[in-house]
Amino acid sequence: MVQDNANGQKSLLRSIDVITIVIYLLLIAAGWISVVGASYNYGDTDFLDFAARSGKQLTWIVCSFVLGLVIMLTDDRIYDTFANVIYVVMMGILLVTPFIATGTKGSYSWIHLGPVSIQPAEFAKCATALALAKYMGSYGFNLSNPRHFIKAVAIVVLPILLIILQRETGSALVYLAFFLVFYREGMTGSVLFIGVAVIVYFVFGLRFDAEAMPHTLTSVGRFTVLLLIWLFTAVLVFRYSRNRKELKWIVGIGVLLTGGAWLISRYVKPFDISWVQLALCVGVIVYLVVESLRQRFPRLALIAVFTLGSLFAYYSADYMLNNVLQPHQQKRVRVLLGLEQDINGAGYNVRQSEIAIGSGGLYGKGFLNGTQTKLKYVPEQDTDFIFCTVGEEHGFVGCAVVLVLFLCLILRLIYLAERQTFAFGRIFGYSVLSIFLFHVFINIGMVMGLTPVIGIPLPFFSYGGSSLWGFTLLLFIFLRIDAGREKYRR
Amino acid sequence: MTGLNLDKRKYIIGLVAILIVIVYLLRLLSLQIMSDDYKRNADSNAFLKKIQYPARGLIMDRKGRLLVYNEPAYNIMVIMQEQLGVDTLDFCNTVGITKEQYIERMAEIKDSKKNLGYSRFTPQLFMSQIPAKEFSVFQEKLFKFKGFYVEKRAIRHYATTCAAHVLGDVAEVSQLDVDSDEYYRPGDYIGKLGVEKSYEKDLRGVKGMKIMLRDVHGRIKGHYQDGQFDRVPEPGRNLTLGLDRDLQALGERLMRGKLGSIVAIDPQTGEVLCMVSSPTFDPHLLSGPDRGKNYQKLYANPMKPLLNRAIMGQYPPGSTFKTSQGLTFLQEGIINTHTAYPCYHGFRYGRLHVGCHGHASPAALAYAIQTSCNSYFCWGFYHMMQAKRKYGTVNNAMNRWKDYMVSMGFGYRLGVDLPGEKRGMIPNAEYYDKHYRGSWNGLTVISDAIGQGEVALTPLQIANLCATIANRGYYYIPHVVRSVEGRPTDTTYTRKHYTMVEEKYYNYIVDGMRRAVLGGTCKGANLPGLDVCGKTGTAQNRGRDHSVFIGFAPMNNPRIAISVYVENGGFGAHFAVPIGAVMIEQYLNGHLSPSGEKRAAAFASRTIGYGTRQR
Repeated sequence: MVQDNANGQKSLLRSIDVITIVIYLLLIAAGWISVVGASYNYGDTDFLDFAARSGKQLTWIVCSFVLGLVIMLTDDRIYDTFANVIYVVMMGILLVTPFIATGTKGSYSWIHLGPVSIQPAEFAKCATALALAKYMGSYGFNLSNPRHFIKAVAIVVLPILLIILQRETGSALVYLAFFLVFYREGMTGSVLFIGVAVIVYFVFGLRFDAEAMPHTLTSVGRFTVLLLIWLFTAVLVFRYSRNRKELKWIVGIGVLLTGGAWLISRYVKPFDISWVQLALCVGVIVYLVVESLRQRFPRLALIAVFTLGSLFAYYSADYMLNNVLQPHQQKRVRVLLGLEQDINGAGYNVRQSEIAIGSGGLYGKGFLNGTQTKLKYVPEQDTDFIFCTVGEEHGFVGCAVVLVLFLCLILRLIYLAERQTFAFGRIFGYSVLSIFLFHVFINIGMVMGLTPVIGIPLPFFSYGGSSLWGFTLLLFIFLRIDAGREKYRR
Repeated sequence: MTGLNLDKRKYIIGLVAILIVIVYLLRLLSLQIMSDDYKRNADSNAFLKKIQYPARGLIMDRKGRLLVYNEPAYNIMVIMQEQLGVDTLDFCNTVGITKEQYIERMAEIKDSKKNLGYSRFTPQLFMSQIPAKEFSVFQEKLFKFKGFYVEKRAIRHYATTCAAHVLGDVAEVSQLDVDSDEYYRPGDYIGKLGVEKSYEKDLRGVKGMKIMLRDVHGRIKGHYQDGQFDRVPEPGRNLTLGLDRDLQALGERLMRGKLGSIVAIDPQTGEVLCMVSSPTFDPHLLSGPDRGKNYQKLYANPMKPLLNRAIMGQYPPGSTFKTSQGLTFLQEGIINTHTAYPCYHGFRYGRLHVGCHGHASPAALAYAIQTSCNSYFCWGFYHMMQAKRKYGTVNNAMNRWKDYMVSMGFGYRLGVDLPGEKRGMIPNAEYYDKHYRGSWNGLTVISDAIGQGEVALTPLQIANLCATIANRGYYYIPHVVRSVEGRPTDTTYTRKHYTMVEEKYYNYIVDGMRRAVLGGTCKGANLPGLDVCGKTGTAQNRGRDHSVFIGFAPMNNPRIAISVYVENGGFGAHFAVPIGAVMIEQYLNGHLSPSGEKRAAAFASRTIGYGTRQR
């Protein structure tokens, strides 16, 4: 028993994933530098002063290192064992939070414990991930069984409802990330694909509707959406076709027609090349239907239905928005989608954050030299909009480094999740990486004006102890589980 | 079974992550590298270019005595956001306003329709141009009035109350000024009249600039890059005028209660020694916070005190004009120095009669000048117009005559360095053709010969005529500014302008003018030891005659040439001659003799009653 333990400890040190730890430390360091930059006031000199946000954040960072160490010293099996207990307790806390929380900015999600405030929603993610991993990893679980699937979804939906009660819609939306886990575990991809496709059509189509493509009379939005419809169709054909000979035609003629149309518009006479794209899509539909009948292969017809549905969804949304809805309703939809400059609201924030990032240039203005963030032009600059500081002070290079670090983290986590012996570890791993991906996708997209303004933090960057500990907890529990996997392999 | 299939999904999830990062990198590329707009936007967001105002140039008289200088004045500014809990009563008492005024002013500031660009976070003007004296009381209590600040601006102060017309004034720029010169921003000051206007570019200096960082609420957060891009303001250039402060003050004193003008020129340089326009006003009225109110009052005054009569008044020169006629006739050979014309109480030709006063007849040129004989100059003018053999037609004769007049500086602006100069009037043949529909001759326009009729000159032009005679045939363009600190004098003012008359002929006129002082119309100007030469004028008009005098002294080394024009003053000898004499004495001696002082006091208290009806 003792020896086993000693062996376990020894192998534990060896089996911690160092690459993830290094990425984590790099992100934490870059995050702290950003908080220093974002919360800096002219004349401040002492970044370590606890009164300043930079000093506080440093304290939270040290605490999270301690937290990580403690997690590494625990037994990996307790998470599996106590997952349900943790989940139930956490849901209980979420339930009482709105009643004991003092409202700040219309949200009732903070519990004040003496000098510090804690946001339980940040920790509920971890509890949900554990519970979901335990349930879906249990023997006999089958996602294609509707009862099982509904139960799994219920584990995710419960915290969503409780968090919406706290008026924290942004934090609630994060739980949509778990659908990526369902996908990995066997949920049919078309649910995810169609959902994503429709959102992409809407967002791109409406967001860039007014911007003209260079050298054409086409709007960037329409061109992008039609290109995506064609591309998605091609991907589906690649995925589901039997011999993929259709693919050659679809891709070849598509590239030829679109490229040719653009060249004619560029060098001969500018025209609206979206008509060519529309004709291409219609041609593809007809071709797929004909091939489906000829080969007696109904899947091709289904792909044609997807293409037709996509065209219909895009054009009807476009028509509805521009012709059916009243102007004030149109405005509301645009603002809701984050598409319209609502000068007094989210639109102003996004405009200012775009200015801040855009003014950074290739190398940025240098540490503490950003004017837009220092002078408080960007709201929430050390929390939700912290990426602006990276953009303004460290430029394209700094932003690219941060984005690539996040990408490395996520890819590494995929690798780690896939090497788990048990479904519990894999599912938890995917939960963790899905949550990170969702946060990075929404947060960075938001500050660059690509995704709707949803107030969720950027992992390891945004100021605040709760979110930092929440993310550390997620990452280190998974690393602990990963470190323990060796034991079972022997 | 499904496990194998699901295994591939890790690639799809990984691919999604990679795609997101690629799209975001492209977006970053377009935000940060492809477009400059964001950078420009950021700069206009964050940089507040704070203008540093240079000190406006000082103005001195010819002896270096200060005329115009700057005094600090203070604008009281308020930041609404911070201005809470101020003891309103105490504040009002300190700055000397009532509580109602305070409330009204605050409401005005908050009304963003009237106060464009209002922000709760930036300083707003509460009261402007509080003089330093009153300000010191306020400053002591400033700590009590949270949210109130002071902004230092300079206002013009005057060491004397004289020369308002020459000095001019300074006021806030109009929209037109802002549009036409990019130097100006709304709220800047600009010279509006006098040398303040004509030398604006020298006086104003060069603005400096401080680049400050401004936060989203407009609050100042410090210097950009520790001020390394800041620019220090360059103060304006100082002006030294040709004006003699004492002479100007005396002139204004003498003209008190009368309308008219005194212009004195140094014939050797063309510098204007004094330029009096009466009625005048205290230049302080157009400086400081009450400028607008005072300007309106002065503007509405029927005596038109704002009008600089010396350069804007256009008067018949009367008999002073005869000097120019004598010169023209001599040069053109119409008369010689011995030519004599009969005068029996005037010029008679057919039914035409121009009256004259009793003097011996016939008269030659010098005697005609001495006694101001109308008949003599009418005959001369008549003969010039009728000299068909010489000119062919009366039109040619008339235009020849006009050329002489123009060469003496009449009929066009002289080009004095003050705004608003008028050109006067010298008729030509075309003018009379139009006026009389072609049917006119020398007799029709005979009154031109004696400075009446269509002829009109400004007092400056009359003084310049006198300077030309003093110089025996040339003049410098009269100018009030003697030198501008730090730049060479404009060559326009150092070039001699010769008339069409030769020097030798001038001596006869000088002789006549000397005799007029010794024993003619202007005996009153005979100052012992100063060799004054003079010529009176009595200009007829609809009301009482205008009293005119030109004179220069000393005769052979003239240092002052003067014109005095007293509206409705009667005979030249009544007002203009004694006033001119006192002025000459003051300038040449530097002070007045007891008898001169007595005379000055007497004339200063003599007023002429002007009915507003005449104006």
